[in-house]
Amino acid sequence: MSDPDRKPDAALGRDPHVVLRVISKFLIPLIALFALYVQFHGDYGPGGGFQAGVILAAAVILYALVFGLKAAKAAFPPRLIRYGMTLGVLLYGGTGVVTWFLGGEFLNYSVLAHDASHGQHYGILAVELGVLVTVTSVMIAIFYAFGSRQPETSDEDW
Amino acid sequence: MSLFAAALEPAFVVPTLLLDICFLALLVVVAFAIVRMRSLFGIVMLQGVYSLLSAAWFVTLDAVDVAFTEAAVGAGVSTVLMLSAMLLADRKSTPVPMRRQLGALAVVLLAGVAMFYAVPDMAAFGDVNSAANSYVGMDFMAKTAEEVKIPNVVTAVLASYRGYDTFGEVVVIFSAGLGVLLLLGLNGNSGHWVARPNGQVINDRTAPSAGLSKDNRSEEQRAEPDE
Repeated sequence: MSDPDRKPDAALGRDPHVVLRVISKFLIPLIALFALYVQFHGDYGPGGGFQAGVILAAAVILYALVFGLKAAKAAFPPRLIRYGMTLGVLLYGGTGVVTWFLGGEFLNYSVLAHDASHGQHYGILAVELGVLVTVTSVMIAIFYAFGSRQPETSDEDW
Repeated sequence: MSLFAAALEPAFVVPTLLLDICFLALLVVVAFAIVRMRSLFGIVMLQGVYSLLSAAWFVTLDAVDVAFTEAAVGAGVSTVLMLSAMLLADRKSTPVPMRRQLGALAVVLLAGVAMFYAVPDMAAFGDVNSAANSYVGMDFMAKTAEEVKIPNVVTAVLASYRGYDTFGEVVVIFSAGLGVLLLLGLNGNSGHWVARPNGQVINDRTAPSAGLSKDNRSEEQRAEPDE
């Protein structure tokens, strides 16, 4: 079926993954948007920081798989990832410390606002944001760590 | 017993029961395929299939939050991580001789018998008197509406009532990432760093990372000393 003399697309200067690239370029923003929906709709439907973080990381990983690790690192620099890992944990713990100073127990969000249930809403929002930042950063960091240690997959290996 | 009772209510229960049986049967098939396979690439892909199937099964059990996590983590991210780990190691697994599998077989049989022994103690699906549906769990269900005032009780329990535990989970994830970074580094070492403890070269030009002939680091990272 396939012509043995046919040169690989890359040798002819053509992009062998053009369909993949076009489709992913369309899908990646949608995946990122869906992650934000899962994050901020977590109070009303299934979802939350963990799921949203993994979905957002999946968008970045898909970008890295299709467009190369270098492009992904330009968009999400490893330095940013390193700070993100710690910032999320700090945001979570920091919320607890703030409630502490406002006279409540550690992570008792009711003291964050005059109305106890409003305080709960703010607290859950802050805490879930911390979860999102840490989970996204750690997932991307692990992927970068593994992905950086090998040559990019050559076109013959697909 | 409960299965027969469920099958007697035709309109609602039977379709989900059929779905459950289909999903569990497919899970068994995929599990056996994973055990029998030698190509690690196929195994990683089948693990993704396994995760996706269990996510679908969780949906039929109404555990949507768990299904969500399973689909995103199990089928999505971990497949990619396993693939990139596999590329660093080997593409095929070597068969293990039969006599070395006897110990594993004994462990599996024992664990299986113990699980079957424990089955009668499991609460029936949706049992009102089960441990999960009494005590503090029911308190959360009742009080979320007035104390936290958000519709999703799972989020209320996870972030507010059990915020301490979730903080622990985030720290666990953080330390997992930290461990990987301490071992591998965010940029690999791209063949630039060579250690010679006792005259033995740990990372020489034949290491996988040395395949990168060009410097993949950005300008600012090149200015920084190696981590």
